[in-house]
Amino acid sequence: MKKDLYNFAIRMGDTSWILSHRLCELCSYGPFLEEDLAMTNIGLDHIGQSEEWLKYAAELSDENIDADFLAYRRKEKEYRNVQLVEFPNEDFAYVVVRQFFMDVYNYLLYSKLTNSKDTTFAAIAQKSLKEVRYHLRHSSNWMVRLGDGTSESHERLQNAVNDLWFYTGDLFVMPESEQNLAKDGIIPDLAGLESDWNKMVMEVFNEAGMQKPEYEVLASGSFDGQHTEYMGFMLCEFQYLPNMLQDAKW
Amino acid sequence: MPNGNPENTKFKETRVWEILAEIPDPEIPVLTILDLGIVRKVEFHDEKPIITITPTYSGCPAMQRFEKDIVEAMEQNGFEGTEVPMIYEPAWTTDWITEKGRRKLKEYGIAPPEETTANKKALFFENDIVTVTCPRCNSKNTKLESQFGSTACKALYKCNDCLEPFEYFKCL
Repeated sequence: MKKDLYNFAIRMGDTSWILSHRLCELCSYGPFLEEDLAMTNIGLDHIGQSEEWLKYAAELSDENIDADFLAYRRKEKEYRNVQLVEFPNEDFAYVVVRQFFMDVYNYLLYSKLTNSKDTTFAAIAQKSLKEVRYHLRHSSNWMVRLGDGTSESHERLQNAVNDLWFYTGDLFVMPESEQNLAKDGIIPDLAGLESDWNKMVMEVFNEAGMQKPEYEVLASGSFDGQHTEYMGFMLCEFQYLPNMLQDAKW
Repeated sequence: MPNGNPENTKFKETRVWEILAEIPDPEIPVLTILDLGIVRKVEFHDEKPIITITPTYSGCPAMQRFEKDIVEAMEQNGFEGTEVPMIYEPAWTTDWITEKGRRKLKEYGIAPPEETTANKKALFFENDIVTVTCPRCNSKNTKLESQFGSTACKALYKCNDCLEPFEYFKCL
């Protein structure tokens, strides 16, 4: 049970952590000043949410570790973030679609988690949900603006949708440890979340003129520590300093 | 001083609230941490002061500064070993910013939050229906420029009458 809680806290913490890294990469590279601020602000919210989850995970762990250890000192296989958040900021359309898919997911997941039987899960969810509402409004506005914009923006957004859709299956896969938590009323049934997610995404797709891509198989395996090829490069970057200077402090 | 004397404890708690009322927000220095409504509880466990706070935004970098400032202010006033635990539940809301805090924000040039979070139904395309009043000329003819501003808690607005850009402390 404690191990199951730990696994899920790690999954949530890592997902926010990796997404925040991608968002913060846009600092001073945003398409214009306001968007630069928006992306880094959303990144900051995710750093905060990640810290809350990883702090709790460290408490649940039997080892003497803290949130910083979990963020900076683990090996690739030990991270359990969903694969979607690893996708690079290839084009602004990819940034928007990645964020939009995650915002809908987080909005639905955190809404359910506010009723979790685990009081810490519920507290983190209550706090995060308020922030996620702002994120979702922001990303869904961009979906419509780009999708319903010029033929160029429409095409680029559709390309991003087509590529990133492949990674969305991974969001709803439930390993045994999460099925146990769902049985105990600690987390919602992720498979049940999928239909709500599809409904909300389609609502925005219709407004934005996006087509839902067809895939025979979708990516999965993040719960098992499987990552995209991009993960290793990211770890190299943000683990470099803690590995070089073991006792580095702010 | 004898331990556990209720009158003595009461006295000390009152003193702590006075100390807290002097600590400014590092990013919006006209506000104190009490104006902001982040202090949830002041207690004494034996002789040790415990001051429970709640974060505004999850990743707000001011939170670590709050903790440090509180511990320092307490030390300067002769309270040693203060602990500043953080709780997430109930989550902070802009409704906890005091009336005095709202007034001070406006005088400082930041539009205070307009509506209570309870009747907020903004999601997806329903943009906030709130009308933000320009803190400089009091015009209601203002325009949202960006939902995200210089800090996590603020949005960027522009006044269509006096043409000044200004910041709005958004609802949470």
